[in-house]
This record gives sequence, structure tokens and C-alpha cells, in this order.
Amino acid sequence: MSNYSAKSGADNIYQPSLARIVRILPQIKDHRLFELRFEDPEMRRSFTYNPGQFVELSVIGTGEAPVSISSSPTRPGVLELCVRKIGRVTEALFRLPLNSVVGLRGPYGNGFPVEAMERNNLLIVAGGLGMAPLRSLLWYVLDNRSKFKEIILMFGAKISEEMLFKFELLSLLDRTDMKCLLTVDKDEEGTWPVQVGVVTRLFDFVEIDPEITYAIVCGPPIMYKFVLEKLLERNLPKDRILMSLERRMKCGVGKCGHCSVGYKYTCIDGPIFTYWDAINLPEMI
Amino acid sequence: MQIVKLPKENLDKFVGSLSKFGEIHAPIKKDENTYLFSKIEDLSKIELNYNRTILPPKKYFLPPTETIFRFSPEKGYEPPKDNLNRKYVLLGVHSCDIHGLKILDLVFSGTYVDNYYFTRRKNTSIIGVSCIPDDMCFCRSMETDFVEDGFDLFLSDMDDSYLVRIATSLGDDMVRASQSLFKEVDKEDIAEYKRKSNEMKNYFKIGLELYNLPEIMDLEYESKIWGEMGEKCLSCGTCSMVCPTCYCYDVFDELNLDGKTGERRRRWDSCLFKDHALVAGGLNFRKERSSRVKNRYFHKQRGFVAQYGRPSCVGCGRCIQSCPAKVDIVEVITKIRSVDYE
Repeated sequence: MSNYSAKSGADNIYQPSLARIVRILPQIKDHRLFELRFEDPEMRRSFTYNPGQFVELSVIGTGEAPVSISSSPTRPGVLELCVRKIGRVTEALFRLPLNSVVGLRGPYGNGFPVEAMERNNLLIVAGGLGMAPLRSLLWYVLDNRSKFKEIILMFGAKISEEMLFKFELLSLLDRTDMKCLLTVDKDEEGTWPVQVGVVTRLFDFVEIDPEITYAIVCGPPIMYKFVLEKLLERNLPKDRILMSLERRMKCGVGKCGHCSVGYKYTCIDGPIFTYWDAINLPEMI
Repeated sequence: MQIVKLPKENLDKFVGSLSKFGEIHAPIKKDENTYLFSKIEDLSKIELNYNRTILPPKKYFLPPTETIFRFSPEKGYEPPKDNLNRKYVLLGVHSCDIHGLKILDLVFSGTYVDNYYFTRRKNTSIIGVSCIPDDMCFCRSMETDFVEDGFDLFLSDMDDSYLVRIATSLGDDMVRASQSLFKEVDKEDIAEYKRKSNEMKNYFKIGLELYNLPEIMDLEYESKIWGEMGEKCLSCGTCSMVCPTCYCYDVFDELNLDGKTGERRRRWDSCLFKDHALVAGGLNFRKERSSRVKNRYFHKQRGFVAQYGRPSCVGCGRCIQSCPAKVDIVEVITKIRSVDYE
């Protein structure tokens, strides 16, 4: 059909750009922070993103996997991906030596509505690897501190040895312009300096003004149920509770069908959804 | 729209003349009641009087498997040099299948345009043909029994001739290139066309009611029917493969023997396959077969309406014909709609 010429763009939406692993920072067991730098200088300059977006990471010869971005667009130059060694692609990534080249596509997904969140209080609730995408938002809001009102971070890990970005986050305890609450489920040796218990217990330490608060939640599936209960108890509007979801975002561009939730695609309609979306989309949480 | 007449005795000559517009593909008869779209080398093999092909025309635009990149550690990812720009003429496409392609167009366009799909789409001319529904066709219910665009020419069978709708400039070129084969439509033709059109509704044996279907499906989200379907369905994915609008695909990298270079390929996938919603680490968002069947029905008949304003089912009947477990979509929807069914 000759009519279709107008629809064709020149770009190949599936084309990965090459990026070099310039730094590997081991985090907790099986988790590393990879710092990546695009090979193409033009890409280095033009690549920008919103907190909460993700990229498709290719390990040449193994395959492609979606990974959330852990760095903040307020700190351009390198892209940081916090990766758990959990599948085929990530296992291959962990075998790559420093200075290896990987493929990157993106950024994809909606990201957090950071402009709508301005002039509001933010309550960021993370569990486990959920901190990976929320770290992008955290540094974004701290780097734009004056645009937001109160900022509270609640982050829970099972034990101290399993807390991602532990030293970076512990250093936030000193900041007076935010409230940083870090908890571990268990502290058998009694060395954890702050709260002990599940993340929902941290709600005992905060006041929430539902009129002007956005809650941002990311963690293992089991965490949502309990955190949502707490937020609803505090009368937070359902469309001001934001969640970052994990699905199998294979293509990243809304074509391959694998990340469907209800009839939305996590890759283009998400991965950030409101709790109101979740109520209206069966099987979301 | 311009409409001209092609006497059937001129059909072969006309089809022969189309080879300069591209490689001709059309339905051929494989076995009794089995047809498929195939490359035509012998015009006498073309079978325009058919009920449905095994695979819909999507195979020409989203092939069952294709290479999307070649990769090497030195050069990274390079698109294949395959000749996507080859011209095709796809002859004998039914109205429902043209609607199927229009639905795929919606999916592969948008913010991100899939140029593997659209380059082929652009280079393939479509010549539709009218048909008589059989006992598995329900296109009338799905409002795909008639098509207004999405083709270059459309042939309506008038027994001794075809009335030919000319929808595009390219279609006009095809007709003009063989002008002497065509005749003007006369009054008798118009009367006969109307008679045939008015009779068409009598041929339909099955159908389903779309009115309020999305809401009814929401209300029946917890219905026991999904459990029953999960018992019956074999999760074989045949319905997805033969569906004109199923577009899910999987992507995988294949290494060459050197262990370094290789190809990134994609192939058709099905939401009924167990690993469709499986993520790294083993969490499967649709582990139960019943949840996968439910997802397929909801996406086709409910979700697509929310996204694009119509169901993605075109009523072609292929899934009914091909299902080894005899799952019948019309029966399922009728059951969901029925007042008595709890």
C-alpha cells in the first residue's frame, strides 16, 4: 500500500547504541552498580531521561533485558544501572570485565510525573531492589530540593548486609532538609544504628498531610499490600500513590506484548502507575 | 470511489499483468478445505473462492521469524541487509483480513514506529476479494464484513465478473495498465450488486453481540468460566499463530559457531505460553493457564476497545477452526453474555 510511506520514520526503534562499562561498583551480594558511557559522543550529549524510566540493556551474544535507571538526570555524563544477577542477561553482564561494550536502547517508559509532584511533600517508600529506580528520583528531588516541600525516605532491607546503597543512604541521616528512615527486618548482632523492623513500622515516625503528599512505592510484590494499607489509612488519594512495576518489558516500545497488565503495557503506559490505575487494571498488583 | 467491471474471463490476463507491480501472492488450495497464501508461479493455482487461509496475511508483514540485527563485538548491532524493499502484490485478501492488517497498523505505529513492519506494508499492494461466510465466520458481528480502505483494489464477485473498487492511485495504475480488460458498470450490474449485498446477511450462521461487552466482561472478571477454559485450553498457542491480529513476539539472540557473532531474531509468541509473563528470577505473573486464557480474551474483546475503540477480533473464524481443544470464541462470549450463566 503506497499510502503507508508517510508513517515510516527513518529510525530503527530496536537499534541498540554501544556503551562502555566505565565503572563497576559492587553493592550487596549479587548486586552491582554499573556506570555506562555511550561510545558515540553525540549520544552522550543527547541522552536524557526522567527518573523512573528504564533502558533495554544488551549483552552482545546473550540478549536484552530491561533495567531501571538508578542515576539522576541532574547528574549527566554517565548512566548508572543497579543490576541484580538473576537471569541469563544479567549473569552474562556480571561476567564482563570492566571496559567491555554493551548495547543500550531507551530511555523507555513514562517515568515519574516530577513536574506535577513539585510543591508537594514526597514520601518515598522502597523495599529491597525497589531502591534502584527510586534512587534516580531521590537524587533528582534532592538536586532540585527547593522545588519540593518535605521529603521523607523510608527504605527497608532484610538485614544490614542486604541494604542497597547503604553508605550513601546512611549519609543522608545527617541532612536536615529531609527525613531519612532506614530499617532492617533483623539485626541479630545489634549493630544497626537506626530502626529495626519491617518498613511499614516506619509509618509510626511520620506525619502525612494527604492534601499535599505524593507517595512513591517500589519493592517486592508482597510489600505493596502492606504499604498501600498504611497509605490508605492515612487518607492518601489513590491517584497520588505512585508505584513502579516490574514486568517482562521485552521490546520496551509497546509492540511485543509481554509486559501487558490488564490492557496497558508496562513499557509505555508505565512502569509508573498510580494505585487508581491498579484498581482499574486487574492483575496489576 | 471509482468502480469498474472485470469479466472473469479476463481475470488471468489481469493478474498476469500485475507481476510488474510486484511478486504475486494469492490463496492456493492445499488440501480439501485447506487454503494458504503462497507465491504464485502458475496462475491456474490461484483460488479466489475460498473460506479462509491457515495463516492470515500478517505473515507477510510480521514474518513467523525474522532477523532484526546481526551483531559482532566490533560493530555492535547492524540491521540485516535483507531486501525489505521487495515489492509484493497480495491478491485475494478478505475484508476481515484487511481489517486485521489495519489493526496491526495501529499496534506497529504510534510513538514508536516498527519499520520492519511498515516497510513491508508500504511495499505490498493489497487486492481484496469478496467472500461468502461459512459456519465459522462472524465478521458481521465484529463489523469487519465490509471494508472501506486498506486495499488498492477490491474485487466483488458477481458470478460472471468482478466489480472492482479502486481505492488508491496505485490501484488505478494497475487498472489503467490493462484498461482494455475492464468494462463500465451498467445498470444491471448495479441491480445485481445490490441484490447480492442485501442477501449477504442471510449467510451468517453464528454471531456475537458486542453491545456492552466490555462492561459485561468486567462484571464477569471473576466468573468460573475462566477456570473452565483453563481446564479445556491446551496452552498450545495455535489460536495466536492463526489470528490476524495477534502480534506478540519473542526476541532472542543466536550465536554463530565462532561464539562471538550472531543474529538477534524475533518470532511469533503467544500469551498462552507458560513463560509469556515470566520475569528473571522466576516470578510468573500469569502462571495459571486460566489466567492466560482470561488475559487473551480480555485483551482482544475488552482491552483493545479501551485502547483503540474496537475489539481486536475480526471474526475470521480461524481460532475456531484450528483449536485442537475445540474452544470456540463465539460460544465463550455467548456464555459470558447469557443471563443464566453464573
